[in-house]
Order: sequence, then structure tokens, then C-alpha cells
Amino acid sequence: MDNLLSIVTFIPLIAAIILALFLRGEDEAAQLAAKRVALATTLATFLISLAILAQYDPSRPGFQMVEEYKWITGFTYKLGVDGIGVVFVLLTTFLMPLVIGASWNVTTRVKEYMIAFLVLETLMIAVFAALDLVLFYVVFEAGLIPMFLIIGIWGGKDRIYASFKFFLYTLLGSVLMLVAIIAMYFEAGTTDIPTLLNHSFPSSPISILGFQIAGGMQTLLFLAFLASFAVKLPMWPVHTWLPDAHVQAPTAGSVVLASLLLKMGGYGFLRFSLPMFPEASALLAPFMMWLGAIAIVYTSLVALAQQDMKKLIAYSSVAHMGIVTMGVFAATQQSVDGAIFQMVSHGFISGALFLCVGVVYDRMHTREIAAYGGLVNRMPAYALIFMFFTLANVGLPGTSGFVGEFLTLVGVFKANSWVAFVGAIGMILSAAYALWLYRRVVFGDLIKESLKAITDMTAREKWIFAPLVVMTILLGVYPDLVLDITGPSVEALLEGYKTALAGAADAALQLATN
Amino acid sequence: MIGTDLTVILPELVLAVYGMAALMWGAWRGKDAEAPMLFWLTALVMAGLGAWIGLEPEGGRTTFGGAFVNDGFARFAKVVILFAAAIVLLMSQEFLRRNKLLHFEFPILVAYSVTGMMLMVSAGDLIALYMGLELQSLALYVIAAFRRDSARSTEAGLKYFVLGALSSGLLLYGASLVYGYAGTTSFSGIMAATGGEGQLPVGLLIGLVFVLTGLVFKVSAVPFHMWTPDVYEGSPTPVTAFFATAPKMAAMGLIIRVLFDAFGGAIGDWTQIVALLALLSMYLGAFAGIGQKDIKRLMAYSSITHMGFAFLGLTAGNAQGVQATLFYMAVYVTMNIGVFAFILNMERDGQPVTRISALSMYSRVEPLRAAALMVLMFSLAGIPPLVGFFAKVYVLQAAYEAGFAWLAVAGVIASVIGAYYYLRIVYLMYFGEPGEVLDGTMPAVHWAALMGAAFVMLVGVVNLFGVDSLAGAAAKTLLK
Repeated sequence: MDNLLSIVTFIPLIAAIILALFLRGEDEAAQLAAKRVALATTLATFLISLAILAQYDPSRPGFQMVEEYKWITGFTYKLGVDGIGVVFVLLTTFLMPLVIGASWNVTTRVKEYMIAFLVLETLMIAVFAALDLVLFYVVFEAGLIPMFLIIGIWGGKDRIYASFKFFLYTLLGSVLMLVAIIAMYFEAGTTDIPTLLNHSFPSSPISILGFQIAGGMQTLLFLAFLASFAVKLPMWPVHTWLPDAHVQAPTAGSVVLASLLLKMGGYGFLRFSLPMFPEASALLAPFMMWLGAIAIVYTSLVALAQQDMKKLIAYSSVAHMGIVTMGVFAATQQSVDGAIFQMVSHGFISGALFLCVGVVYDRMHTREIAAYGGLVNRMPAYALIFMFFTLANVGLPGTSGFVGEFLTLVGVFKANSWVAFVGAIGMILSAAYALWLYRRVVFGDLIKESLKAITDMTAREKWIFAPLVVMTILLGVYPDLVLDITGPSVEALLEGYKTALAGAADAALQLATN
Repeated sequence: MIGTDLTVILPELVLAVYGMAALMWGAWRGKDAEAPMLFWLTALVMAGLGAWIGLEPEGGRTTFGGAFVNDGFARFAKVVILFAAAIVLLMSQEFLRRNKLLHFEFPILVAYSVTGMMLMVSAGDLIALYMGLELQSLALYVIAAFRRDSARSTEAGLKYFVLGALSSGLLLYGASLVYGYAGTTSFSGIMAATGGEGQLPVGLLIGLVFVLTGLVFKVSAVPFHMWTPDVYEGSPTPVTAFFATAPKMAAMGLIIRVLFDAFGGAIGDWTQIVALLALLSMYLGAFAGIGQKDIKRLMAYSSITHMGFAFLGLTAGNAQGVQATLFYMAVYVTMNIGVFAFILNMERDGQPVTRISALSMYSRVEPLRAAALMVLMFSLAGIPPLVGFFAKVYVLQAAYEAGFAWLAVAGVIASVIGAYYYLRIVYLMYFGEPGEVLDGTMPAVHWAALMGAAFVMLVGVVNLFGVDSLAGAAAKTLLK
């Protein structure tokens, strides 16, 4: 099929439209119907997306399954995936059925809830498959609308503050990228991403208001994109929206946020920042890597002090995204492979951890760590799964978390050993907060009266965790499953990056000798 | 030849003659019982003229010695004005009836004001410009004070009149300076006088600034915006809806005419002014809207911000810029029609309500209407994939291309600030505090306008309905 990507992208949207138009009523039957339609749609999307995997030829690093149609004057509707994109598309389609399954207990405005998630799925897939800058921006930004509503309508009690902060914070980051996109359009004459990847943007120093800007236009564009991706990822110090949004969002919203939306930032670094602005990237790489390293240590320390389970995991997400930043900008084959792997693995693990919080929250309606303790006595299955994902989060060998962190650190060590050193310290801290959380929640004696009647996980909940456990172990023992796909694309990306840098160095040398 | 002169100006003549005939008839019948019929008839005439003008063949014609220009640009603006006015007029009827304001003069005044607007966007001469502008404004002053027994409405009318008279005075003073230094009132003559080498004579420059000041008052860009919130709030809501749509398009069209047809040779001189207007309007509108509690005042500040963005397109000083501004205005007018279709029906126990907080949890009562308003709010905020976003992209592109990159950056930041108050409405409707809810019913016309506008904003992402290329074609006729 020629337009497989479009089909996968739009199935959820079509289902959402059908739900909006034809489903009436708020009674039990209508709610169940909405849930079933959403689950069936996301499952179907996942199954069809497997065909993308089958059709994708990992040995060719370029974009594949490209579709191109005329769109609004000057822009095109263009989809296509390379090794990096295909992994994220599949991650999205894989996780969405689980997200819907985890929302089975939702009882208010079920139809709207399912519509919001289905629309969000379409937008996320489109982000990872877009090959036109404007199309990318449209779907990247449009995701704010459903997420704003998800946090706002189905969120916790401080949801208003959290939803506004989420929306305005991310919007402010993104609009600067819009100006940068316009600038790139006028510079290169197109918004086609494959063409832009081969365009070399000017990097001769320019001065603005008397400030000399090394790297010139590339640096400015890099910073504008950074504003967007740094907020999205999120990087220290612009991460403060994330803990608020996570804590207030419903469980499924947190899972989507942590597992998928954050990955757009890392994906953006790989798709735009590094290959399109190589000289600016090289110039700012130490800065970026240090920001990543600081994020790991700082947010790990912050995580230690949290009273709220979701907030703790949110800070842990920021720390793990620090590893990704470090890995991407170290720009070695291992570190970039590791960063991508880390994002995929974090998609499974952090999603599962938020689901773990969701399981006890559904029963006790509190996320206070202090309200729990000794759960192992009443919930052995839960204790096992929570333990598994806690250790995976720490990076236990045999789980996917280990592969991602280890690969990244090895790669970063080659580029800058001090950054790797600081980052590794952060990982020790991650073991500290994760295990301490686990101890406080699960171990000890069950002394709290309120917990005496708590029940273990239901079959539905176990089924939701099963695929995540399988994937975490599978990727942990056989990482080539992902690395074989991403490897050639990363290699091509880095080759282009190094050629561009060498070219710039030659030009500078020539300029100096003349 | 007077015969050919008249054929060019035929649509305007038809509307003017219709207005007079309707006035005579209404006065002769002497009752407001005929008013509903007149509303429909006037809207029909305007929509018919809109279709006629829209289907006219390409090519421009001038008449009355260049004082009246009927080119693609004028036609684009007229079509937007006529359809917007027709829809708003139909929407007004129900509201006026409910509030016992249904007088037969209303549609006639609107028809005159629209005639003035059509003359404005076709003006090719300072005299024609002033005639069109005053014809439009006089009718508007009256309908702002249409609720004669309400202090707020008469205050709004008076305030609008006094400040409008002041701006007309400034405009006339500027026009006299321009005439004095250019030796002619025709735009092409001014163009010839300014198109030469070297700098603009300082008298002409001052004249240009005064003319612009007078015109900018009409689109309520900062720093000539003071009247807007009060007039919007005080006027009957249908009048506010009218103010926010057709006259804005007409005044912007006139500004474009003057800037490009008369002062097209001095682009470097006025882009600075336009850039400053854009910057101030975007920020004042964005900041001042935050604290508003009344939705009509909020829409006033929202329109100030939007005018800032429309000016952003003009900074380019070329066809792309005009295209961006025209497209922006068309989108702006559509969004406002939808939003005001909603505001006209904000009622509780039969009384109009304009407090924003009254929208609390509205989505529980009327999910479909709430969803449509949400779409319009996100579109006003410029969030993709809604059409409001593409309108912003076009003007930002124009500004960037003209070398105003800093202004583009300032603009997007202002749009984030402004997004706050649009979000607030969405927040109230979907997850606000439960309170007393609105219970107004919605007549079919309003429902169609609200849903239609939301639908256009949503589906426009496919190809913008080709309006951007129409605007492009219109812009090209202006800049030969």
C-alpha cells in the first residue's frame, strides 16, 4: 500500500469523528460503547502499524514510504519515516491501546475523553511521520488542545493551574520555533524536511545590537528550536510545568505525557537540531550536555524530597530525559543510539510506573507516599510488578533501562568524560529515590487502617502490564530489535553531521589563510 | 461619459437607492411591523450584491476621473463586507426583537453604512475617501446609540461620535496638507508627487501621518483604541457584532488603499509607523484583555490585538503582505461572526448576560455550542490546526520577509499572552466552577452562523477554501 502511513495516522481521527457524530447519551451503554470503539480503534491502528514495520527496510537509511500531496500554497502534506521515526510511530501505536485500557474506570464524559485521546494519537503519529516543517509544527502544536482538555476536565483538584501552565509554557516555547521555521522557509525556499536536511544554513558570525553571535543564523535557529524542544522534553531548568501537569493529569494522561509527548522533544533534537544546524550544535554541544548532566543530578535530588508518588516519577522522567539530551549532543554512534533506546525504554517504563501509581490511586484516591506502606501483604502481584519497573527505571541489567543508560554513558564518555562522570552519579541517585519510594510504599508492616481492605490487581490491570513487562525484558536482553532499525539512520545522520562540520572547518581554514 | 461612470458604480447605486426607497416606504407605513421584512430584504440585497460583485469579470475599471476604483482588491473587500454585514443583520433581528428594539431604521442605517464602506475600499481620491468614510461613520454613530433610553448606549454613541469627529478632523487636516504639498487630491497624483527620487517633503510626511491617524482610529489600533472597549460594551450587542466585522474590513481596506495607491512611492516612510502600530496593538490588546470580566469588552481588546496582527502583514509593503493582511481580515471577520452569534444568545431568564463567568460549565448544558465556541476561541488564539493559525503564519511571514524579524518574534510572544484569555473561556465552559448556567435558546440563523464559522475554522486546514489565493489575486491588482 502506498499510503500506509496516512492510513495509520488517520484511523484514530476517523474513529473520533464517528464517536462525536453518532454516539449519543451518557448512560452506561453509551460509555461502554465509547470505550470499546476506542480500544478497538487503537488496537487496529497498532496491528496495521505493524505493516509499517514489515515494509520498512532498515538497511536503507533514507526516508521510506514517502507520501506527498499539495497542501496550502507553499506547503506540502508529506509523510515518511526513517529508522528513528518508525520506532516512535510504533511506540505510539503500541502504547495507545494500553492507555485506553487503563482508562476503563473513567465515568465522567467518557465519549469526550475517548475522542480527546484518539485525536491525540493521530497528532502524535503525524509528528513522528511529518516530512514538512509546517505540517510538523501544526501537528506538534495541535496536540496542546486535547492535552489541555484532558488535564483540565479529568484532572485532579489543582487542574486549572496545571492545565494553564502546561498550555502557556509549551506554547511560548513553540512559537519561537514558528518564527525559525519561517526564517528557514525564506532561507532555503522550501519547508520540505529532506531538502532542508541537505541545506547548509549560513553560520558566519553576525552581530545583533552589538552582540557578536558565533555560528550566526544557525545558532539563532538552533536556539529557537531549542526553546520549543527544551520545554517539551523537558530540560532543566524549564521543566517546572511537568511535575504540575503530571500530578494533576488523570493516569492515562500522565502515561501519554511521559511516554509519548516528552519524546517529541528528543525526536526534534535528532530530526532538526543536530542535522540541520550542525555547526551551532557543535558549538553548543558542551552546554547542552552539561545541562543534561545537571538535570540528572539536580532532579534526582529533588525527586528524593517528594511527598507525592506521581511527582517523584515526574522528576525521575526529567532526569531520564537529561540522559537523552546528553546522548544526543555527544553525537557518537553509541550515545545517539543509546539516547533513542533510552527514549523507547522510558516510554515503556515510565508509562508503567504511572500506571502503577494509578492502580493504588484508583483504590485509595491519594498519591501521598505517607498514606501507603506494607502493600506487599495485601497486593503481592502489584508488589512484584512495581518492583520490576522500579528496578527497570534504575537500570537493572536485563531490562531495557540498562541498555539505554549504558549505551548513552559509554558514548558520552568518549565525547566528554566529565559529563559522563556527573551523569553516572545521577544514576546512583536514581537508584536511591526509586528504591526508597518502593520501600516506603510496598514494604514494612501494613499498619494503616485504610489499607487493610485494599485488593490486589484485577485481571484487566494485569493484562495492561503484561505487554509492558514483555517489552521491557525483550528489549533488555535483545536490544538489537530497536538498534537494528535505528542504527543505519543514526549512522547516516552522524555522517552528515561530521561532513558538515569538516566542511565548515575547511572553509574557516581557507578564510584564515586568505 | 456619465453612462459608463454609472455602470462602474452600479452596485453602490443599487444599495443607496434601495436604502432610500426602503426609508420612504418605512416612513410611509410608519410602523415597525414591517421591520422583520426589511431586515430580510436588506440582507438579501446585500448578499445578492456580494454575489454579483464576486462574480464580476477580472480587470479593474476606474471612473469619475479616477476617484472611484473598482479593481480586484476592492471587489475582494466588498464581498467580505457585504456578506459579513448581511449575516450580522440577520443575526441582529432576533436579538432586537427580544429586547424591543426592532425598528425599521436599523437595516436602513446598516445599508447606508455598507454603502459608505463600499465607497471607502474603492476610493481613488482624498475627497472620495472622506465621503465614504463619513457616510459609513454617520450611520454607525446612530446605531451605536440605538437603544435611546439606555444611558450606556447613548454614552457609547456620543463617545464614538466625539472621538470620531476628532479623528475626522485630523484626517481632514492631513488631507489638506497632502493636497497642499502634492497639488492634487487624486491618489495617482499623490503617487506621482511622492514617487520621485529622494525624501518625501516634510509636509507630505506630516500629512501622511495625520491621514493615517484618522484612519487608524477606525480600526481601533493602539494608540487610537480608547473608544473601543466602551463602545463595544455600551452598544446593543448586534451593533457590537457589526462594529467588529464589516467596518474593520472596510477601514483596513481603505488604509491599504491609501498606503499603496497614494503613498506607494514612500513605503520606507510608513512601514515604520505601521510596525509601531502593530507592536503596540498586539501587546496592549493582549495585556488589557487579561483582566476583563465582560465578554464584549474582552472582544474589544481581542479585536485590538487582531488589528495589530493585520498591520503586521502591511509592514512588508508588497503584494505578499497585502495578501496576508486581506486573508487575516477575512478570517478575523469569520471568527467574529461566529463568536458574536454566540454572545447574542447569552441569556439567563430572558435577560442578556455578558459576564464571562456566566459561561461556567456551559459544556454541560449545550455541548455542541460549547464545542463550537471552543474551536473559535482556539482559532482566535492562533493554535493550529485551526485557520486562525494560518492567518497568523501569513502575516508573520510577511513581516519576516520585510526584515521585521524582531516584530515577528514580538508578535508570537504577544499571541501567547493573548492566548490566556481565550483559554479562560474554554476553561470556564469545560471545567469551571459550577454555578448558574445560561439558558438562552438559539435561533436557527445564529446556530448556523456559529456552527458554520467553527466548521470553516476546523475544515479550513485542508486547503483554506482557496481564500488565500483569492486574497493573493486581489493583492496583485493593487500593486501593478
